[in-house]
Amino acid sequence: MQRSPPAPAIILEGLTVAYDRHPAVHHVSGTFGAGSLTAIVGPNGAGKTSLLRAVTGEARIDGGRIDRGGIAASDIAYLPQQAALDRSFPISALEVVMMGHWRRAGLFRRIGGAMRREAEAALAAVGLTGFETRQIASLSAGQFQRVLFARMLLQDCPVIVLDEPFTAIDARTTADLLRVVARWHGEGRSVIAVLHDHDLVRTHFPETLLLAREAIAWGPTAEVLVPANALRARMMAEAWADDAEICARAA
Amino acid sequence: MLLDPFLDYAFMRRALVGCLALSLAAPPLGVFLVLRRLSLIGDALGHAILPGVALGAMVGGLSLVAMSVGGVLAGLAIVVAAGLASRGTGLREDASLAGFYLVALALGVVLVSMSGSGVDLLDLLFGAALGVDDGALLFMASVTTVTLVALALMWRPLVAETFDPGFLRHAGGGGAAWHLAFLALVVLNLVAAFHALGTLMAVGLMMLPATGARFWSGSVGGQVVAAVLAASAASVAGLLVSFHADLPTGPAIVLAAGAIWALGLAAGPQGSLLRRWARRPHLAG
Repeated sequence: MQRSPPAPAIILEGLTVAYDRHPAVHHVSGTFGAGSLTAIVGPNGAGKTSLLRAVTGEARIDGGRIDRGGIAASDIAYLPQQAALDRSFPISALEVVMMGHWRRAGLFRRIGGAMRREAEAALAAVGLTGFETRQIASLSAGQFQRVLFARMLLQDCPVIVLDEPFTAIDARTTADLLRVVARWHGEGRSVIAVLHDHDLVRTHFPETLLLAREAIAWGPTAEVLVPANALRARMMAEAWADDAEICARAA
Repeated sequence: MLLDPFLDYAFMRRALVGCLALSLAAPPLGVFLVLRRLSLIGDALGHAILPGVALGAMVGGLSLVAMSVGGVLAGLAIVVAAGLASRGTGLREDASLAGFYLVALALGVVLVSMSGSGVDLLDLLFGAALGVDDGALLFMASVTTVTLVALALMWRPLVAETFDPGFLRHAGGGGAAWHLAFLALVVLNLVAAFHALGTLMAVGLMMLPATGARFWSGSVGGQVVAAVLAASAASVAGLLVSFHADLPTGPAIVLAAGAIWALGLAAGPQGSLLRRWARRPHLAG
């Protein structure tokens, strides 16, 4: 496969993302290092998805800034949470994977034999050899997640962002897909993943950001996932204060 | 009995050519509308072009150009307005279109009634396939050509955007632009079709073959082919029935399309009732 540009560091400076003026992500600063493998953990409603959407350019930023180190938002491969795709759509697994060629093939360029073989190799890499012509309607949730990972393999992006990629996925599929993540990490790409399974994070992710609207802790996983931090994260009020005042902190 | 009407009467030949032209262009759009879960949008847009057609008739008389221009402008205005309203506020696109088309429909009826004589509301709603003249025929053929070329050019992003709009937008492939271009094609086809079938029945030739297509094929391309074939067969059958039984053409064609749809629903090779009911022994693996 062709080499993508090297992964840059992604730097957040006082990042705030708000919904209806109430902050979901509040003054978060820190750095996803070049080629780092970072897990984002935190309770529900902690702003994990909002932070990912800001990093990938999907959400409007209400304060602070994001320095993507010169790459475009479209150079970041993004797998949304439980992608709300129409699984009855009449399309084959291989065709879904081929969508990963978009940046190179665009509107009209021919998708030739070489690109097709790349797509087949990507399917093989996620353990779906022989599934090329299968309709996605006939795939299980785990198999479909494998297909989406194969599509990201083809996208060949320097930064890969995954939102709860292993939720509702069985242990074996998770293990296989973690191998794909490790492969990306080994190739020098940056990977950022929202996860809930702390054991999995401890085993496979060197860096962790514990988020509860604000960054509770950000650094080596062993230093972040400690009981004191978990307690602080839990104390975060999940409800909005209707009478909240305008935030006086400088961005 | 099958060929004579077309050999003997020029108006039957013109109606046939017009309906076959529509059958080439409208059903593929219908397939995408179904896949985009916008099956009822065609209906809404069909109504939405009515005030434009009425205004065109009031300004320019009962001329093809005036009514078509009015219809296209009204349809595009409503598509763009609904698109902007839904993207600007988070209102769902179908709800937004429903709002705009209802207002447009009411406006259309008011305009027709204000103009007094001249415009026959029934002709607008149900068309007059046997009254298709050379100008209308040329217009339909042009729209079909434009539609097929445009569909060929935007096939890849349209399929991708229909299946996974977030992916395409994020990968820099655009989003709203394809959607609007696609809806513009739908408007064009509905305006072209209303001369032959009327605004109400035009939707039938677009949607009925498309909803039936999923019983015949498991791929997008296959469904498009199936829909075009079904629409063409319905056009021929509808015109013949209408000729021999002296029925209005628009409804006859749509009823024929409905019969083909029912056939697929009952016994098509993909997920039809027959396939569900037939108990075939399960396989070993």
